[in-house]
Amino acid sequence: MRRTALSALWSHWRRHPFQLLTLILGLALATALWSGVQAINAEARASYAAASEAVGGTRPVLVREGGDIPQETYIALRRAGWQVTPIVEGWLTSEAGRVRLVGIDPLTAPPDIAAAGTVLEGEIGDFFTPPGQLIASETTAERLAEMDLPPVITAEGIAPSLAFADIGIAQGLLGMEGQITRLIVLDTQPLTTPPLSDIAPKLTRRDSGGQADLARLTDSFHLNLTAFGLLSFAVGLFIVHGAIALAFEQRRPVFRTLRALGLPARDLTLLLITELLAFALVAGALGVALGYLIAAALLPDVAATLRGLYGAPVEGALAFRPAWWAAGFAIAVAGTAAASAGALWKIARLPVLAPARPRAWAMASQATLWAQLAAAGALGALSLAAILFGSGLVAGFVMLGALLLAAALLLPAVLSGALALASRGAKGVLAQWFWADTRQQLPGLSLALMALLLALAANIGVGTMVSSFRLTFTGWLDQRLASELYVTAETNEEAERMVAFLEPLADAILPIWNVEAEILGAPAEIFGVADHATYRDHWPLLSALPGVWDSVAAGEAVLVNEQLARRERLSPGDRLMLPGGALTVGAVYSDYGNPLAQVLVGVDELVRRFPEVERLGYGLRLAPDRLDAVRTALVDDFGLPPDKMIDQQAIKAFSMQVFDRTFTVTGALNVLTLAVAGFAILTSLLTLAAMRLPQLAPAWALGLTRGRLARLELMRALMLAALTMVLAVPVGLVLAWVLLAVINVEAFGWRLPMHLFPRDWAVLGVLALLAAGLASLWPAVKLARVPPSQLLKVFSNER
Amino acid sequence: MSPTNDTETPAPMLLTVTDLHKSFPGDPGPVPVLDGISLHLPAGDTLALTGESGSGKSTLLHVIAGLETPDAGQITIQNTALETLDDTGRAALRRETVSVIFQQFNLIPSLDVAANIAFQARLAERHDPDWCATLTDRLGLTPHTAKYPEQLSGGQQQRVAIGRALAGKPPLVLADEPTGNLDEATGDAVIDLMLELVAETGAGLLMVTHSDRLAARLSRRLHLSRGRVA
Repeated sequence: MRRTALSALWSHWRRHPFQLLTLILGLALATALWSGVQAINAEARASYAAASEAVGGTRPVLVREGGDIPQETYIALRRAGWQVTPIVEGWLTSEAGRVRLVGIDPLTAPPDIAAAGTVLEGEIGDFFTPPGQLIASETTAERLAEMDLPPVITAEGIAPSLAFADIGIAQGLLGMEGQITRLIVLDTQPLTTPPLSDIAPKLTRRDSGGQADLARLTDSFHLNLTAFGLLSFAVGLFIVHGAIALAFEQRRPVFRTLRALGLPARDLTLLLITELLAFALVAGALGVALGYLIAAALLPDVAATLRGLYGAPVEGALAFRPAWWAAGFAIAVAGTAAASAGALWKIARLPVLAPARPRAWAMASQATLWAQLAAAGALGALSLAAILFGSGLVAGFVMLGALLLAAALLLPAVLSGALALASRGAKGVLAQWFWADTRQQLPGLSLALMALLLALAANIGVGTMVSSFRLTFTGWLDQRLASELYVTAETNEEAERMVAFLEPLADAILPIWNVEAEILGAPAEIFGVADHATYRDHWPLLSALPGVWDSVAAGEAVLVNEQLARRERLSPGDRLMLPGGALTVGAVYSDYGNPLAQVLVGVDELVRRFPEVERLGYGLRLAPDRLDAVRTALVDDFGLPPDKMIDQQAIKAFSMQVFDRTFTVTGALNVLTLAVAGFAILTSLLTLAAMRLPQLAPAWALGLTRGRLARLELMRALMLAALTMVLAVPVGLVLAWVLLAVINVEAFGWRLPMHLFPRDWAVLGVLALLAAGLASLWPAVKLARVPPSQLLKVFSNER
Repeated sequence: MSPTNDTETPAPMLLTVTDLHKSFPGDPGPVPVLDGISLHLPAGDTLALTGESGSGKSTLLHVIAGLETPDAGQITIQNTALETLDDTGRAALRRETVSVIFQQFNLIPSLDVAANIAFQARLAERHDPDWCATLTDRLGLTPHTAKYPEQLSGGQQQRVAIGRALAGKPPLVLADEPTGNLDEATGDAVIDLMLELVAETGAGLLMVTHSDRLAARLSRRLHLSRGRVA
């Protein structure tokens, strides 16, 4: 019985293959965007985990606040019985990118460090003996081949952008002779060892937090990507919902017949669920495959962003991960269930003798409109509640999601009202018919238009956020990068000689010295600033106490970046605990793009608290026309390598490059979402086209040509897209505000001013019209060519 | 004198309806549609239900088919009391015991003529390809087996519906104004064929019709007026 009934249900799809294609493709597209984003996230997180495992995993470490550990301290600890292994860490930089070099002692390193195992299996002597060896993954080895380095051997299981060397070789390559970055405390320790404070009082024991910090820093980035994936998925679901609702509505008489011929309601519902499950699995497979392609295309940019913004080691190549394949299928099934739940509920409760209303789907009742309005109101209230009472990133996204859905649900009512107004003002019978007919068609198109609204609003919102960010960031870079040239010496001694050399050449030499430390339990940077007009005139302060620069110079106050101020709820006048004692917060400054907390103290105060701070970096103030001369003098007369200096313009260009690359992914997802919405309109118009004949045939019979009717259909689609675009602008702006004032603050710790870009809206409007125009062209051409016999069938009594 | 055949047993009772009541919600109160209807139909017998519009003919047919539930009264089909059946039981009854021929044909538009005719028999797992082929031939549909319903005339569609109803050789056929959508000549031809085939399968037939002329062609007739047997 079930097989026979199933064959009847399937026969519908055999006769309507395009509708089936719409359903599968809509679901596949939705799944593709979602699983593509998930693939990127999974790849990045796997890279972090591999990197964490590579350098000691979760073992505790010994570090020295504000500097490296002298080798003698390590020897002293070993002699006292402490089972520790040294790690030296630094960056190798070339045009091919940066590679993190980790120096290890393979004899004391824990065997689970991938490289240590490789060394012990191979010729250990080659690893120790100069020139030594580097161990890296195959792709990293290719990058290293372009640098002047010891031979590289490749090994499996090494994290991307990471290379290992013997500690002595690494110290030489990184210019860190006699220095150790940290000591890993091994699992097995003697029963009695003297306390750390007796042997190395300057060292602090910390839980290994390096990669955890990285995960924390990048979490917001991944959450943003996930949110975008979810938005695209929601847009896709509108297509699926529309396609399923239409398919169910068209088959409603068949369902009734099946019931009348003896198929129980329970069996019918089960068969429909089976059918949908089959679709979801097919679409899921297609979607995951498409998602893989999307992820493979976007991953290089994401990897570059993560490396540039956070120094996170992510390779630009995608690996096969069964977890996200499974997740892709799960989301396709869940999406289908969400999109079809309403339709299935109706079928399960369908009275056998319900009057056949083949156009019931297109004839949305007033009750549906009211229900949509009520749902929009509830979602609006949820969004408001999330603003007023929620906190954290998740509340931000709840608010965003509720807001967007509320706007989408409001759309049919607003469009219906606008069309009612237009029809009131219409003069002439054709115009009256046009408006009335458009209004009648609206319910059938409303899901596609909702998808378009979401896509357009997301485009406007995200576009406004990115452009506002860019504008603010450019202005901020101008303020922040006031020095004309930035130079870095190799050693403190060289720095001293360089300052003496530069004194007659530059107007001012501003130290850029910093230490990494822990402030209020999280990693932070502490910079020392000179008392100079450059800072007083240019530093981008958001709020400050009077005379703040004098207080900073006197070592009485600090400046904190916005991220730290927001995280710890600090404002000028508060006290902030720092290594070496608390100071008053004198001001808060904007610090876009920095994931870390940052504190500025007077340079003398920095040296007092961290006497061993490296004094290598300086900003030079000089007249721009003397820039080239000073640069030449530094290279030719002083002997500073050219790669140790960078001018303001180069830093700005690099920063903007990182910035633009960061948002390449956002831009690509924006375009994909709009494409999905365009597809939604196309499929809705095509499926509606067949159902429209009974409405159009009378107009044709009364004297309108098929060509004219087709042109009117085209105009209708354009007009509805234009109206949707007009409504998308305010929704998009609210979205931008939420992104700038709520999500950014929660995710990154800074708030950006909002700017408006009406030109971008105009371009987007033209794109939306183009998408709607192209989507409606095919159905319109089909209508212009429909044979008169088909139109005449509408009037046949024998149907 | 030839002896009278006193030993001939009467046909077993196929359908018994007793004191059936059904009303629909209305303003200001429920509107009674069936008001104490009782009837019976022996196996192989034919009964016409006539009456003016709104007299309750179609509702009676739907209630007998288990498509509607009565407010009160009993219906027994082949010794099975309908009120004891749930939705699944009523569906099984429609599948295996009762076939309905609708005025609007209610064919499955995505299946061709051959598949539509065989459909209910296959649902009931009583598909007999030879009988289906005979039926198709008798109904004059052999040249149209590969066509879809939308490619057929109204008369042809109704013949497909009759074929579908009889393909499983059900004991009871319920026909709701089967010629209501057809012109007189086509309607007559369809009824001739239907009566012929019903007689051949030995099914009982209960047919709703407006037409006295068509009703006269069935063995018995029951006239309804305002929900009662007139």
